Amino acid sequence: MKPILEVQHITKQFKIGAKQERYLSLRDAIAKPFRRQDKNDTTFYALNDVSFDVYPGESVGIIGRNGAGKSTLLKILSKITPPTHGKIICRGRVASLLEVGTGFHPELSGRENIYMNGSILGMRKFEIDKHFDAIVEFSGVEKFLDTPLKRFSSGMQLRLAFSVAAFLEPEILIIDEVLAVGDAAFQKKCLGKMDEVSKSGRTVLFVSHDMNAIEQLCKRVVILEKGQKISEGATQTLISNYLSSNKDQWLGEIALTEEIQLSHFDFHSIVESTGSHLQFQIRLDFIKAQSPEISDFCILIYSLKGVRVAVIDLRPFINKFVFDNKHLEINGFLEDINLVEEDYAIGLYFTINNISKEMLDLGHVRVKPPLAETELNPYQAQYRGFIDFSNNIKIS
Amino acid sequence: MIEYEIKPQNKFSIGLKELWQYRELFYFFTWRDVKVKYKQAALGILWAVLQPLVMMVMFTLIFSRALKVSSDGIPYPVFALSGLLIWNIFSNGLLNSANSMVTNANIIKKIYFPRLIIPMSAILTALVDFFFALIIYLFVIIYYHQNVSILKLLVYLPLGILITIVTTFGLGTFLAALNVKFRDFQYLIPFLIQFLLFANPVLYSSKAFTNPLINGIMKANPIASAIQLCRSVFTGQQVDWQSVMLGSIVAILLLIMGVFTFRKTEAYFADLA
Repeated sequence: MKPILEVQHITKQFKIGAKQERYLSLRDAIAKPFRRQDKNDTTFYALNDVSFDVYPGESVGIIGRNGAGKSTLLKILSKITPPTHGKIICRGRVASLLEVGTGFHPELSGRENIYMNGSILGMRKFEIDKHFDAIVEFSGVEKFLDTPLKRFSSGMQLRLAFSVAAFLEPEILIIDEVLAVGDAAFQKKCLGKMDEVSKSGRTVLFVSHDMNAIEQLCKRVVILEKGQKISEGATQTLISNYLSSNKDQWLGEIALTEEIQLSHFDFHSIVESTGSHLQFQIRLDFIKAQSPEISDFCILIYSLKGVRVAVIDLRPFINKFVFDNKHLEINGFLEDINLVEEDYAIGLYFTINNISKEMLDLGHVRVKPPLAETELNPYQAQYRGFIDFSNNIKIS
Repeated sequence: MIEYEIKPQNKFSIGLKELWQYRELFYFFTWRDVKVKYKQAALGILWAVLQPLVMMVMFTLIFSRALKVSSDGIPYPVFALSGLLIWNIFSNGLLNSANSMVTNANIIKKIYFPRLIIPMSAILTALVDFFFALIIYLFVIIYYHQNVSILKLLVYLPLGILITIVTTFGLGTFLAALNVKFRDFQYLIPFLIQFLLFANPVLYSSKAFTNPLINGIMKANPIASAIQLCRSVFTGQQVDWQSVMLGSIVAILLLIMGVFTFRKTEAYFADLA
């Protein structure tokens, strides 16, 4: 069987310069021949020699941190931007849900937007006619069909948008982070629909931070890191390897403000199970040697769907932070993590020298399911929310 | 089964096959633009009729009553409106299409479809307005007892519209492509249109020019020949076919230039927009 998608040595490079903005102006273009070549111009590889095949009927997940090149790859696959080198052979119609609701117009009614959006996404009018009732039903906005879109709540808009997209019938469907849409019930509906799509023999390329969704939908994943494919294989093993290796992959230094750099952010990314300890180590580098004035310092824990689960307020411990020769080190651990097994994203919030900043997605933590100690089987994670109180219960 | 390749673009093609595949989008984009344009106006689509009418009254007062501009012995409203019909397709179409890639940037950055559909639909939107204006014009014709030859209406007018569309499309795609790269054009285009309004025999007779050089340029001006054809339908004026020929050739050259520039640069619109 021939692959339905053959991605061959795809490279995309951008020129980034200190001075060159993304908007060119005529003045710059005219003046360019008279100016010395800007030495700050550097070539940036958003994707570097990425190759993989996708076979018909497969659901393949693409994982990577921010800036790994996922979005660029999807843009090339959906022909929005051309690759610099390499080629992709497609054996089927590709439709992408790079962002749902593209082409929605606030002045048009719900009904009109279904037609507009559907046709931009590549549906023919008769196809939209055929699915119209199902789309409306799926979105649950029947009552507002003839209301201008601008009167819709943002949740309703997203639901309508997703519903149109859900009824596309391409051979290859590209999905990017759409599951962050709507309330939990609707998300579940969407996951169900995705599952149905992939089971109906269509090929799905799925890009998401949501490891759970990827695990549910994809048998195989491709992992991208800094524009390169670092591994490819079965979902289960790769995802757990990926999450556990995340701490080794902390290579980059992140500029938090002009003066402060985050040089080390280490969470033991696997917590053995609910109730065990979570160690962490954070190091910040400062440009100035003088002791910084820290007024806020919190560790943020998010669910992978972006819900804030907890704030670990470290303000009472600021005096214990070690500042030495431009480095600030914070070492510690959280006792008795009573989080339900799930993957969590870790971020930081701080105010240092009167500059506040919130950084998300600095690392991931996976909490493994508890070892079965009791006779009762625990409920499934999805029903248990985020926090597990089973060790704190006292019945008098 | 469809099989195609995605790779760096190097060969030039207009992509007609793909345009045909996506033909319904022409309709949807045009429909959306017409709909949105008049949606929040209390008078709605009536504006499509009122706009040329108000322009006609305004220009009649200024050019005919105040300045006594010659209109070749034809009632000035009839004369001016015949020019304005064509002019409005051109000016609205050019303005819409030149800005179309920027105004639709959010769509371009997310979904692929043949990009030429966007500037083309922008012109079709202007054409819809034209048909509304044509209705009001027929009333003006009846009011002034002008003789209209049906044969001319069915041949000259479509030919004039065709020349206008080809010209507008050529210039529109050219400017749309440049506008994505250099936003300066957003500010330049209104001036260009204003200049062209006075440089074209919309509000005055083409016989007003006496300079042979300007006359030569006018002969090759596609918009002037389109106006000539349209005017001939409603006023019975003679058509200078040599000028129409020249104008058509220029229109086609503009089309080639525009589409070529557009297709050459469109792959990078999503990176720039």
